[in-house]
Amino acid sequence: MLANYGYKDASGDFFITIDTDRCNGCGDCVTACPAHIFVVVDEDPNDPMREEPVAMVGADKNKKLKYECNPCKPTWDRPPLPCVEACKAGAISHSW
Amino acid sequence: MTEEKKQEFWRWTESNWANPDMEWNKAKFITAGIDVGSVSSQAVVMADGEIFTYANMRTGSDSPNSARNALNFALKATDMPEDRIDYCVGTGYGRVNVPMADRSVTEIACHARGANFIYGPEVRTVLDVGGQDIKAIQCDEKGRVTNFLMNDKCAAGTGRGMEVFADLLGVPITEVGERSFQVKEEPQAVSSTCVVYAKSEATGLLRKGWTTEKVLAAYCRAMAERIYSLVERLGVEPAFAITGGMAKNMGVIDRLMPMIGLEPAKTKWDTQIAGAVGAALFGYALCQKGKGRKDTKREKQRMTSDK
Repeated sequence: MLANYGYKDASGDFFITIDTDRCNGCGDCVTACPAHIFVVVDEDPNDPMREEPVAMVGADKNKKLKYECNPCKPTWDRPPLPCVEACKAGAISHSW
Repeated sequence: MTEEKKQEFWRWTESNWANPDMEWNKAKFITAGIDVGSVSSQAVVMADGEIFTYANMRTGSDSPNSARNALNFALKATDMPEDRIDYCVGTGYGRVNVPMADRSVTEIACHARGANFIYGPEVRTVLDVGGQDIKAIQCDEKGRVTNFLMNDKCAAGTGRGMEVFADLLGVPITEVGERSFQVKEEPQAVSSTCVVYAKSEATGLLRKGWTTEKVLAAYCRAMAERIYSLVERLGVEPAFAITGGMAKNMGVIDRLMPMIGLEPAKTKWDTQIAGAVGAALFGYALCQKGKGRKDTKREKQRMTSDK
């Protein structure tokens, strides 16, 4: 399942996509993110039949992604994003 | 002092329904799904995966009470006692506040599963336009979510905004769709994204001499465009199903569907109950897996009484 967390408003699209088929719930993204936007949960609330842990964007950060992710996204000379780098399974992607 | 009683144009009728032919005594598992949304609450009781009874009510200021009221209203149509329910799943905005729920599941999973049940397994794209948010969901033939997108950043393009407009213009909410087509030519959409600003924009348009119908048309168009911009991002695969209260507003749906280029799927069921149906089906699936029998519930009660 592609889980898109975030929102769309008049200033653009701000979505972080987690591919839950690739995510193994290791938690590397939780420690890698300087803004602590990721959490690992034992039961995926979007997929009750899944039994393995999975990463998701915390409910308190969901509506603030534009601001929370801003420090990692300078306008030029953009280094690789720490969350995308940290995810060995390649499950995380950003829409902006 | 005399007070004038004002009509509440946004108010819609609460309803319940039960299947009189259903023999719930013979059912192996009775499961309940309770969807407490921001505007409406639904309770669905299913016997072995078939809809036995449901109720659709307005959410008040108190989520736990709304959940209780909805379930009581659903059971009122039947002779089944509440403790016969084996497993109860809560969903929706207020899902953590459903006191009798054994488990909570997000409305995304529930709406996909519910649409799969009420519209049939050929549904691949589900659009849920609720009171406070829009959800676009892609699912497989079993109703499992494969991709989803939700916009709950603000209330524009949702049911609550439509209620605000019905109240502002003095048009009963059930007549909004029909009235919005009584215009000579289709106006430009209301440009404000926020309901509060859209409302003041509408007041300005009325002052400019626009008719009520023209303002309704402009707002319905704005909602359709906003919904489309979200759906477009996810992509649309037929069959396309719309759940939630907005599915009943033809003013928005008939403007949205030409943009998408598809016909919406049809159902005999109330579109608002999809989330609760999905929740009850998850309860049934968990029961079948042996995860949700009465004994686990009793154990939980014993644990809390020990403390």
